[in-house]
Amino acid sequence: MTASLAPSRTTRWIIGVAVGAVFAVPFVATVVFTITAPDGGITLDRWAAVFDPAMSATYRPVWTGLVNSLILAVVTVAIVLLLFAPTMVLVSLRFPALRRVFEFLALLPITIPAIVLVVGLAPIYLQIGRTLGTGAWTLAFAYAVLVLPFAYRSIQASIDAVDLRTLSEAARTLGAGWPTVLLRVIAPNLRPGLLAASLISVAVVLGEFTIASLLNRQVLQTGLVVINKQDAWASAIFTLLALGFAFVLLLIIGRAGRAGTGRKTS
Amino acid sequence: MTITAPTGSPATGSPLAPPAGPERDAPAPRDGRRGDWSWLGLLPFAAYLGAFLVLPTVLALSTGFVDGDGSFTWHNVAALGDPVVLGTFWNSTWVSLLTAAIGAVVGAIVCFAMLGLPDTGVVRTTVDAASGVLAQFGGVMLAFVLIATIGTQGVVTRILADAFGIDIFADGAWIYALPGLIPAYVVFQVPLMVITFMPALSALRPQWVEAHLTLGGTRAGFWPQVGMPVLAPSFLASFLLLFANAFSSYATAAALASQGSQIVPLQIRTALTSETVLGRENLAGALALGMIVIVAVVMAVYALIQRRAARWQS
Repeated sequence: MTASLAPSRTTRWIIGVAVGAVFAVPFVATVVFTITAPDGGITLDRWAAVFDPAMSATYRPVWTGLVNSLILAVVTVAIVLLLFAPTMVLVSLRFPALRRVFEFLALLPITIPAIVLVVGLAPIYLQIGRTLGTGAWTLAFAYAVLVLPFAYRSIQASIDAVDLRTLSEAARTLGAGWPTVLLRVIAPNLRPGLLAASLISVAVVLGEFTIASLLNRQVLQTGLVVINKQDAWASAIFTLLALGFAFVLLLIIGRAGRAGTGRKTS
Repeated sequence: MTITAPTGSPATGSPLAPPAGPERDAPAPRDGRRGDWSWLGLLPFAAYLGAFLVLPTVLALSTGFVDGDGSFTWHNVAALGDPVVLGTFWNSTWVSLLTAAIGAVVGAIVCFAMLGLPDTGVVRTTVDAASGVLAQFGGVMLAFVLIATIGTQGVVTRILADAFGIDIFADGAWIYALPGLIPAYVVFQVPLMVITFMPALSALRPQWVEAHLTLGGTRAGFWPQVGMPVLAPSFLASFLLLFANAFSSYATAAALASQGSQIVPLQIRTALTSETVLGRENLAGALALGMIVIVAVVMAVYALIQRRAARWQS
């Protein structure tokens, strides 16, 4: 009887095939676009060119952007794991009354469009440029704000699934100091949430364009736009690779998250 | 009570004072010390949010009220009444409404098709991951995918032209103008709907169907009489979220429409990159103000409806 709400197999297939086909068209077309030779034949030259060391100068904006984006991803994940996560643990252990306020603040960035945020970030980054330099990594401060709602949701889900108070009190009773409690008792128990938060941070950072482009930073996405103006095929290839990479990341999150919840309910 | 004890009458106060002293003193420093340390732990996060969320928002909203010399002015905000600016706000609004409507309906249908499939199954995890990529990661890249597909040199454009003799750009290259945003936005609106609406749909209890049938309802009557009324708030909330999402979206439009500023985020770009627009400095701040007012209202209504919808999901 549990399936009584579910549509029939035929309905499922019709909807799945219809919507799936519409969504497959652009991506299949992009693949075809990248392998179609000027004479109409099929060629893999463009894919080879993208990975050809001799051509790396041509695609430098993308590679430079990718390196910067990866640095930003690492710094952003560090902010999530070393600033957001401990603060959330602290709030749940010591300031449960602040939880609603914290939740409101953490979800606030969803409401503020990045394009609005960038108007206010411009003068701030002018100051940061003067004091900390214009290194790519400084952008991570802005990116962590974008990531905050996603990170909050996944970490909070893990916190709710574990009795942090009992765990930490037990560890304290057995003589563990707070650093030990955080690193060796709490962090391992929050692993699914921390992993999901980290991976989604990587995905968001690699896909971010708005702030980087308007602050004149070079990241993966701005590199793609630069390349697109010279070589539309190369940008299509990099796009397919990036989308594929993000898909795998999110697939891992989905599997890891579910494995975690599955273990808990059993 | 502990405060009045020392200042109370000496006759009753002195016998009480010695035991009250240690009793009161012992927990007090521990509590005080613990409180102090804990509060310090919140400070880095508070400082961070203050510097990179609150401050930029306040700056973005306040620059609209400041002229080039730093003194207060209504001049920029008055620009929100300018016909050109009103036009872009209107463009943003109808494109967002249209794509949110398409996204909400198609997304809801996809959710319905996945109803009853196990969470951990291949279909659900794959669709969830694909939705996440398209809804949150796409941006610029969706524009490239669209150009490769139905751009002037796109694969589908050529097939249509060669095989069927249909020129989809007979009326001009609309793909790089405002109408081009519609297919591009639909590509991320539908997946966002799948992500936001699926939890509401999964919360429908199979028992409700049984109850509906027991009370004399028909299987066909379940959706119009029970399912849809229960889901209506969630559907509306998701629709509003989609609207806000399209309204704030910048990357796809920026990559697709390389020139012109047909929608508000693109107008903010123009205002940021060139000194004066429409003869006004700091117009970006005023536009940001206009945008955030609209998005904030939409999201506030969203939160209200979502709270009501949550009743059925507990």
